[in-house]
Amino acid sequence: MNKRATFSNSWLAAALLLPQLLLVFIFFYWPSGEALWWSFTLERPFGGGNEWVGFYNYLSVLQDSRYWGSVRVSVIFAIAASALSILLALMLAVFVDRRMRGHQILKTGFFLPYALAAPAVGLAFRFIFAPDAGLIAGINRVFPGLWNPALDGNDALTLIILAQAWSLVGYNFIFFLAGLQSIPRALLEAGAMDGAGPLRRVWDLQLPLLAPTLFFLLVINITDSFVNSFGIVDIVTSGGPARATELMVYKVYTDGFQGKDSSLAATQSVILMVLIMALTFVQFRFIERKVHYN
Amino acid sequence: MKPYILGAISCSLLALASAANANDRIKFDFWHGLTGQLGEVVERQCALFNGSQTEYEVTCTGQGGYDMAEQNTIAAFRAGEQPTIVQMYEIGTVNFMLSGAIYPANQFAKDHGLDIDWSAYFPGIANYYATSTGEMWSFPYNSSTAVFYWNKDAWAKIGKDHAPQTWDELGADLAAMKEAGIECGFAFDYDAWMNLEQFSAVNALPVATMDNGYGGLGAEVTFHETPFVDHMQRYKDWVDQGFARVQTQQTGKSLVQAFADGTCASMVHTIGNHSVIKDTQVDGLNWDVTLMPVIDVDNRHNSIVGGAALWVLQGKSPEEYKAAAAFLAYVTGAETGERYMVENTGYIPVTLPGFELLKNSGFYEQDRFRGREVAIASLTASDVTPLTRGIRLGNHIAIRNEIRTAMETFLSGKADVKTAVTEAAERSNQTLRRFEQTYRGAELP
Repeated sequence: MNKRATFSNSWLAAALLLPQLLLVFIFFYWPSGEALWWSFTLERPFGGGNEWVGFYNYLSVLQDSRYWGSVRVSVIFAIAASALSILLALMLAVFVDRRMRGHQILKTGFFLPYALAAPAVGLAFRFIFAPDAGLIAGINRVFPGLWNPALDGNDALTLIILAQAWSLVGYNFIFFLAGLQSIPRALLEAGAMDGAGPLRRVWDLQLPLLAPTLFFLLVINITDSFVNSFGIVDIVTSGGPARATELMVYKVYTDGFQGKDSSLAATQSVILMVLIMALTFVQFRFIERKVHYN
Repeated sequence: MKPYILGAISCSLLALASAANANDRIKFDFWHGLTGQLGEVVERQCALFNGSQTEYEVTCTGQGGYDMAEQNTIAAFRAGEQPTIVQMYEIGTVNFMLSGAIYPANQFAKDHGLDIDWSAYFPGIANYYATSTGEMWSFPYNSSTAVFYWNKDAWAKIGKDHAPQTWDELGADLAAMKEAGIECGFAFDYDAWMNLEQFSAVNALPVATMDNGYGGLGAEVTFHETPFVDHMQRYKDWVDQGFARVQTQQTGKSLVQAFADGTCASMVHTIGNHSVIKDTQVDGLNWDVTLMPVIDVDNRHNSIVGGAALWVLQGKSPEEYKAAAAFLAYVTGAETGERYMVENTGYIPVTLPGFELLKNSGFYEQDRFRGREVAIASLTASDVTPLTRGIRLGNHIAIRNEIRTAMETFLSGKADVKTAVTEAAERSNQTLRRFEQTYRGAELP
């Protein structure tokens, strides 16, 4: 018996696929193609002149130490923010899964940050962590100069990592909780009867069974940190101080939209796109092998 | 807040009234880049124009900031959907002049019988927006310049009743203030318009070669070889000695907020914030504005203009241009344009007759507006020279960002002042060469 649904009429199949293909073409292939074209030319803001320059744009970008600085910062940001938010979310999900008191309310509460738009998160974090006037100002009164994201690049980077991690926790939490609740209770109870404590059960039973979820979230979090961090960076630090938080995607914005240098921005977009694809490929190729789906 | 609400209501009433006979009117689009209260002032001016006659109707659309207005205009022009008039900030001038998308203002005025006396504009304003040959390609709209804001009570504590004239004098005052227990005598941020461009103009120092870029796209910045470096060193020393402080959104309070709530005793900022401080200051803050400090009082030159101008774009119908001409006549009029703008915002009149009119009507003697004539004194402090005309550099915003980076670098101690400023200059020059190559074969008008 054939379990697959197949279309004998391939025209019908094509017609049904067409709207989706059209969307993908208009919103992905077309702009990407345009960016690729611009990255090999010098495009004037208002159009009108468009000179072919070969790999000049790529050389300008790749030979610029500041570009590599932004790559470095982006990688640190993506790894730190993803790790932090995944760990926090996992912890919260395990707590809620143990049906502690008020877990129904907590469930909603933990998910809420994800419903906030990035600029709103950024604004809140900027206010809370402002060295002179924020809630954190008390720390600076005790230890003057300890916290100053306006001048200290490391503080600023820490701040946007915290903001990004915080805004992703809710999303990760829901997935982990769903994953945990789909684990058969009998397994955990058997473990408990064999004398495994809660931590041991998490480590030996729940975590391995959560591996597919964990892997999925890792891919999503890292990609999101690379491409979706604009709102937070723009509001919290505007890429400063001294470009210490100028993530790759923010540099695309400053060069392309502020500086109106479409070609330079297009070049960086192409590089970023290739990087994200390579990264996702690596994750699927090497990390996924350790994941067992059941 | 109440006046704004009333304003908004009257705005919508006017809009309703004009909608009634909107069908036979000639409509055109005007995009502006002002936001918040300033944006409301522009929208109200549009409504007033629509209510003042029955032939034309302007549709004003705020774009959410100057930068967005420029981006959106570029996108719209490429799609053939550009507005008839767009408000563009001063540093967008180069892109607009090279765009091929502009209907030059002087030509437009001639073609549509606009009676504009170009020589009436203050030279500091007209020269900024004009081409290298002195032709006006846009209509100056909202203008400002930089002045020195000072807290009189703080200066009274050190026994002085007048503001410092020079940076050296300010330094001495700040030392005395620190002695007197004032924590923040002077505040600044990383804004290149105030710290580099205005500073260079009033001291007649070059920012770039070829008359600060007016001479062509081949200009190179030279600010790393002028007393600007010493000026930045002074800022750094002041911060290290506890005389001055950096105030930005990131530290918790912007410059204006820190001055208006009495935290910091002085700053250099745009006159446009005069009304903002009046509206937001703590009770009893005793302050005034004066000319910004210079290096040498005998060598004080005019400061340069900031703000935005109105540009007419190519590719619209003759009817739309006729309507646009009526609108431009309205917003450049002494009463309907200049006085309206000056009264409702912190901006300055842009023509000498407009200024005289305001002055003679006792405008500057009203408590709310007192002191704002300082801006005119600053703009007209000397004849306009090639060094005080303005700055015309490609990708100006990237150069401003370099200044910000340099200041953050030396203030955080990652490099000394000279090194940081020199790197900013080198990177700015790379940006300029790239811009020049993008426009190869084009000539700056």
